[in-house]
Amino acid sequence: MIDIHVNGKTRRVEAGTSVAGLLRELDLDGRTVVVELNRQIVRRTEIDSIALEKGDRIELVHFVGGG
Amino acid sequence: MDPLVIGDRTFESRLIVGTGKYETPATMLEAIRASGADMVTVAVRRVDIENPDRDDILRTLNPREFALLPNTAGCYTAEEAIRFARLGRASGLSDWVKLEVIGDRDTLLPDTDGLLEATKTLVAEGFTVLAYTNDDLITALRLEDAGAAAVMPLVSPIGSGLGLLNPVNIRIIKSRLRVPIIVDAGVGTASDACVTMEQGIDGILMNTALAEAGDPVQMATAMKLAVDAGRRAFLAGRMPRREWAVPSSPLEGIPG
Repeated sequence: MIDIHVNGKTRRVEAGTSVAGLLRELDLDGRTVVVELNRQIVRRTEIDSIALEKGDRIELVHFVGGG
Repeated sequence: MDPLVIGDRTFESRLIVGTGKYETPATMLEAIRASGADMVTVAVRRVDIENPDRDDILRTLNPREFALLPNTAGCYTAEEAIRFARLGRASGLSDWVKLEVIGDRDTLLPDTDGLLEATKTLVAEGFTVLAYTNDDLITALRLEDAGAAAVMPLVSPIGSGLGLLNPVNIRIIKSRLRVPIIVDAGVGTASDACVTMEQGIDGILMNTALAEAGDPVQMATAMKLAVDAGRRAFLAGRMPRREWAVPSSPLEGIPG
């Protein structure tokens, strides 16, 4: 298991978990969620191939109401 | 009404509305539909991992019904605003951005240096940039030169509802720029929207005036009519102002 940071909170995931795996684990797959990994946007085509590493900082964002 | 053209898109409505601060998603949707707007602003924020549905605007808004205009609200530097714009575009739903770089927390006035810098970068990256700015001609001209698709001056501070404080500056900006001028921020009620449109500007973007109205749906209808009325009055051309009365009925033929 490794510790990563998701939206500012520490989370423990299996070593080797992909970005797509994290989204499935959080039940966020299939939604319009944009992933940023260590300040780099992860493209949809990359989410299966990128494995998370210890200490990674992930931001999961979506659209909310705003002016 | 004559359509609004921004960049490569044509809009039926000259009213663009925000999606923030409504009491319920259902009220928001009803108000937006009543406003007639075909483009709406949205903000980019963290997903609430425990409750991902809670703030997800796409639970309520269908991006096929409304064009989405992601904003960079809450950004205080060009770097942050560029990051937010890229996050919005990565949704795959819009490569447009309502660019805000805020310079002061109490007035929410723009940091015009940061705004120009972010505009240049995002235009180079292929974004269609609609830049929220103050009512200063020089900044507006620089934004146009930097490639902004529309320049969006405030008429009073964001969320203030103070209405059109400086019509002269707005008219000056409109007269000197070629890109559409969309007034963004400050309109409080329908008369504000009407008199703002009468200055000849191309459209209005508003949020709080609808969301904080006693009845947002009723106000949205009023704003739709006011924007339409103001546009038509501008196109019609108003009568001259005079200091003294001129009778409307003939002076000849008054029975003796």
